[in-house]
Amino acid sequence: MSLYHLQKFLYVLNRDETAQKRYRDDLGSLLEEYELTDEERTALEEGDIGLLYVLGVNGQILMHYAAFLGIEWFDYLELMRQGIEKHGPVRAGVYAMTGGGESFTAEVKKR
Amino acid sequence: MSLVYAGVCSHAPGITGRAHLADNTAKRDEFYAMLGRQRQDIEASGAEALIVIAAEHFANFFMNNMPAFCIGIGERYEGPIEDPEWLKIGKRTIPGAPDLGRHIVAEVMQTVDTAYAEEWKFDHGIMVPLNFLTPKYQLPVIPVNINCQGPPLTPLHRAWAFGEALRRACETVPEKIALVGTGGISHWPATPDSGKINEAWDREFLDRLMRHDREALLSYTDEDTYRDAGQGGFEIRTFIAAAAAAGGPGELQFYTAELPIFAVGCTVARFDIAA
Repeated sequence: MSLYHLQKFLYVLNRDETAQKRYRDDLGSLLEEYELTDEERTALEEGDIGLLYVLGVNGQILMHYAAFLGIEWFDYLELMRQGIEKHGPVRAGVYAMTGGGESFTAEVKKR
Repeated sequence: MSLVYAGVCSHAPGITGRAHLADNTAKRDEFYAMLGRQRQDIEASGAEALIVIAAEHFANFFMNNMPAFCIGIGERYEGPIEDPEWLKIGKRTIPGAPDLGRHIVAEVMQTVDTAYAEEWKFDHGIMVPLNFLTPKYQLPVIPVNINCQGPPLTPLHRAWAFGEALRRACETVPEKIALVGTGGISHWPATPDSGKINEAWDREFLDRLMRHDREALLSYTDEDTYRDAGQGGFEIRTFIAAAAAAGGPGELQFYTAELPIFAVGCTVARFDIAA
């Protein structure tokens, strides 16, 4: 159930400029409005893309949060892979890594 | 008849947002040229409004109140919801078709229960196609959504029925209407597997789509699709609905799996509109 609230927070943040301002000015009070576990709250406080992916946040929500944080596309992909390495497979939701960490684009070359 | 054009195209945000990172610039430009051809076809059809059957990505609809189908009846829409720098499409207002939209909703509801919305923030799923198909944003748009993201998903046979209902609705109005279904085939967007494409699966699906093979199109299970085509493959619902609306076989004008930076097999096709 908690994944619902975690994704709801990011859904609101992605589309609501008022929430975006509160995120920057007073993240703590914004987070209090959502039923989050300590792990989820910490992941949001730290902008931990890898852990959020492992927790099951849908990538269609997560990629916009990453863009909001100013994370470049290839860094975003790498942070998810690092999250899997550190925390193990995706725990919930419809997303799972199927490519064994392989890159399907030429991002290393592009760096 | 009032449905004057029906086709499908891809909508992945990388198509505009990561255009500069494509290695195969010749293939990229060939894709853009075919989207330009699609624009010309829509313009030549005399269309007075454009229905975009999309698979939006939690920009408007969330699991607090997720409709299987939704049709826009707003006077205008804002988009893109994404950072314009990220998508490489500037923020703008897109004209709607409220009267026509309401009429279509009422007709569709005779057979398919659809939600409707006067507010709708367009995400890349609609903005990327419009960027190529109506670059001046002068053509009124009726956005349509099928839930391809948040399970339980809209069943494929209902997507087909919805497409047929849209067609019947179009037949009851004097306006000339173009319709474009937009989604991905196999893809794993926004995940570490971004760029992975199952070309064989895509070509089999497109073959079924171009043959207007209803039975074969509706035989995919979500389990099969997830395994072979990723969670992005759930967006086949938009292509299936567009085919059902057209009622006839199609012509695959463009497909390539050689642009993985766009994170989707890039597709452009048009359908015959059966009488």
